[in-house]
Amino acid sequence: MTFISFGISRMAWMASPVLVGLLLVAAPQLAAAATSEVTVKIANFTFSPADLTITPGTTVTWVNNDDIPHAVVETEKTFRSKALDTDDKFSFTFTNPGEFSYFCSLHPHMTGKITVKK
Amino acid sequence: MDKSDKIRPTKDEDGIDRSGFLECMTWAGTGVLWALAGGLPQAMGLSTALAAETPAAPFTFLQISDSHVGFSKPANPDALATLREAITRIKELPKKPSFMIHTGDISHLSKDIEFDNADQLIKEAGIPVFYVPGEHDLLDDGQGKSYLDRYGKGSKGAGWYSFDQQGVHYIGLVNVVNLKAGGLGNLGADQLQWLQDDVAGLSAETPIVVFAHIPLWTVYPDWGWGTSDGAQALALLKRFGSVTVLNGHIHQVMQKIEGNIAFHTARSTAFPQPEPGKAPSPGPMKVPAGDLRKYLGIATVDFVRGGEPLAIIDKPLAG
Repeated sequence: MTFISFGISRMAWMASPVLVGLLLVAAPQLAAAATSEVTVKIANFTFSPADLTITPGTTVTWVNNDDIPHAVVETEKTFRSKALDTDDKFSFTFTNPGEFSYFCSLHPHMTGKITVKK
Repeated sequence: MDKSDKIRPTKDEDGIDRSGFLECMTWAGTGVLWALAGGLPQAMGLSTALAAETPAAPFTFLQISDSHVGFSKPANPDALATLREAITRIKELPKKPSFMIHTGDISHLSKDIEFDNADQLIKEAGIPVFYVPGEHDLLDDGQGKSYLDRYGKGSKGAGWYSFDQQGVHYIGLVNVVNLKAGGLGNLGADQLQWLQDDVAGLSAETPIVVFAHIPLWTVYPDWGWGTSDGAQALALLKRFGSVTVLNGHIHQVMQKIEGNIAFHTARSTAFPQPEPGKAPSPGPMKVPAGDLRKYLGIATVDFVRGGEPLAIIDKPLAG
């Protein structure tokens, strides 16, 4: 199992649920972004949803449900996971607006896109 | 031989019955056994004259593929055990092949222990092994450094190379690096240039054997089973009278003949994959445990010089 959290503002999102709760009280605006998490499932050599629109600050977690390893690689190398074996996860927090196309470096016919919009 | 899949495309059939010859090659459990008969050269250029001096006895080599050592999912809980069965078959051969070609995915996750286990087992065959990497062999932090450190000695770029044996020119290509989103396997401009230079001095009578992990021909693009610039590589080999392309990756036997080029993919020693389009994805195919060995294993191939029939016999580990 690997769980990789990586992002420009990753420190904010590595907070435990309890800590997030505290942040909600202390800084509601920041906490509103911090609670946003989305999962992209990898199954049958497909990312789903393959096309995802999120707001800045959202953490996306890819989970591999296949019996074969996959990797999640952004085409401009903004992020790159290690090989994810069955049930392994990879997370990335999107802080900046933009379009991020990604694919599986082992099976490049597998593609997906994250659109980050305010 | 009765239960093996066999293909004998015929070119200029000379009527010589090679069934006895083929019969003795149906043993091999997991891998492809190639036999190259000396034969009479069709033209007496320098290279063919040299080739004619090679022994007339059949020259054999093996291909194994996709051992995926480390794989332990339901499709095959012990990929090392089935590789061991394959190696046992090879050791039992009445005539030791000159060498073995492994067409990639030696390991499942490029872990040192997986490479170590594979190496230790394959070494027991007691013959030299020539490797090309599969995408599963480049998953280390160095994105292929482990593979090159172990197997890349004397190779160029990401691990491509060529060598000559008994008048045949062998070319190992790498089509699993720098893959592009939405694309297929990829050789890249550097490797294609190298290939062009590599074959530039060879006479057209030189038999060529090309091996790479992902099929160099387009088997099924929806599943990424092909090489985007494979056609460019094959164009460089068009002038040769006999070209044989050996691939792995798709964990099943597929073959076709196109002009002077014969394509063949080998079975895996680890787990089967579905036929193109016959499943939601190309993931490991679960078959009843008792049937697994019918899907793993082997092809034996009789490769005969000089426009004579090429015979390929694929044989499973069991069944």
